[in-house]
Amino acid sequence: MSSVPHRFAPVQRLLHWLMALCIITMLFIGVGMVSTVTPEYLPLILIHKTLGVALLVLVLVRLALRLHLGAPPLPADLPPAIKLGARLSHLLLYGLMIVMPLLGLGMLWAAAYPVVLYGGIEIPALLPQSDRVHTLLWNTHVYLGLAFFALVLLHLAAALFHALVRRDGVFATISPLPQRERMKPTE
Amino acid sequence: MNQPGRPERSSLGWLILIAAVLGGSAAAFAYTAGWLAPGRLTPDRMIAALTPPSGPPLGHRRNHAKGICFTGMFEANGNGVELSRAKVLVQGRYPVLGRFNLGTADPNAVDATVRVRGMGLQISAADGEEWRMAMINPPVFAVSTPEAFHDLLVAAGKKDPEAMKAFTRANPEFASFAAWSKAAPWTGSYAEEPYNSLNSFVFTNAKGDERAVRWSLVPTAEPTSIAQAELEKRGPDFLEREITARVQSAPQRWTMITTLADPGDPTADPSRAWPENRRKVQVGTLVVQRIEPERDGPCRDINFDPTVLPQGIRVSDDPFPAARSSVYRKSYDLRAAEASDYPRGEVAKP
Repeated sequence: MSSVPHRFAPVQRLLHWLMALCIITMLFIGVGMVSTVTPEYLPLILIHKTLGVALLVLVLVRLALRLHLGAPPLPADLPPAIKLGARLSHLLLYGLMIVMPLLGLGMLWAAAYPVVLYGGIEIPALLPQSDRVHTLLWNTHVYLGLAFFALVLLHLAAALFHALVRRDGVFATISPLPQRERMKPTE
Repeated sequence: MNQPGRPERSSLGWLILIAAVLGGSAAAFAYTAGWLAPGRLTPDRMIAALTPPSGPPLGHRRNHAKGICFTGMFEANGNGVELSRAKVLVQGRYPVLGRFNLGTADPNAVDATVRVRGMGLQISAADGEEWRMAMINPPVFAVSTPEAFHDLLVAAGKKDPEAMKAFTRANPEFASFAAWSKAAPWTGSYAEEPYNSLNSFVFTNAKGDERAVRWSLVPTAEPTSIAQAELEKRGPDFLEREITARVQSAPQRWTMITTLADPGDPTADPSRAWPENRRKVQVGTLVVQRIEPERDGPCRDINFDPTVLPQGIRVSDDPFPAARSSVYRKSYDLRAAEASDYPRGEVAKP
């Protein structure tokens, strides 16, 4: 059993919390920027594009680490339905982390907007202008964005439930804090 | 593991806390999205104010809905290098794509009934870097702020004449534009109009010096004043027929003139002109070589968002470019989704 990790590796925990912060920022900027005509619109959209591309790079690193390093097992006494829910919600979270930036880039390309990031970095267009493609990608980006926020809330609720109510060690596997002195099992 | 013997009420307390965290997060999200703030000026509300009583112009731009495409060249003379490191100001010829248009939300408007004429323009550098702009022919903008523009649209849309009176009392800057609108001569051609940025932008040169700038495209064609009543006799689309014929016979030219602000000039307020004696620099010539109908033309699917700027040009403290960008984006999203309401002329045959 010594080969099974009981926590995520430090680099995985770091990426998790860094990306969590960025993703929540992205979701709030996303709904905020499209509902304003103030001068803040421009810096918000620039941050949204730049952070989106950065997150796309980070999620690929994170996925590689996850496949290479694996994840700690869930508690044995967790009901099978909850285990299934945990697996599915993590799959969905990874899927959204990968798909959302691609949809964002695609909808800009399909609208013939130059994609210029912070610092003047320009991402070349990989799609031609197309009304139909733009509309499809834009709608998908918007509705998956809202679904992403709902999923983040569900994830947060589950994390708090594990940490505060079940106290089953699941939260400790990803906790950003150094691990406290482990209680020696008494059984 | 669940610790046996832990009191149940402690779990209940945590559950309430979790519910509060979720509820608070959702409320913050809804607030940020504007769902809890119906008074916020959103791009949707601006577009609603632009929409005529007959309904939105499906598949078309929500404002400046009537237009015609052109292509040509921007011939930079190199004088602009002193002001900005934008590549398209280095001496040379750069391809352009543009659109002559009318300031109306009606794509079928009668040309002689629309006071404001405009030009959307995109200049591309050799590496593809773009400079997009959308300009109009009045010398000043109608109002000082995007909020006032929204109020103007709402007031102008009301049948009650008191609404416009109340608007002009609240926004006295409107008088300059109203005076132009009433007294400026009409011309019979898009080629005889100047097109002004009105908004201020900041030019940065290679040394890092920054200057607030406005620019104008001044026609080389001699403007001929024609009575509006006379123009009405020329048919609903005379501007499009005229510019097509004129460009067919010879390319049409505009001189691009930048005006440099002095310290203290009102860069944030496009309703206020700068004094006449400000330094002006001619940076190049726009040559319009070919006209194409919008339906199948290259300008149709371009959003002439004035914040698509090359390195060396950025927005100033003028609040309009950001507001225009936000509203133009929404307009583009809407008309792209409605493309089937504005089908292309040539249907691909199997």
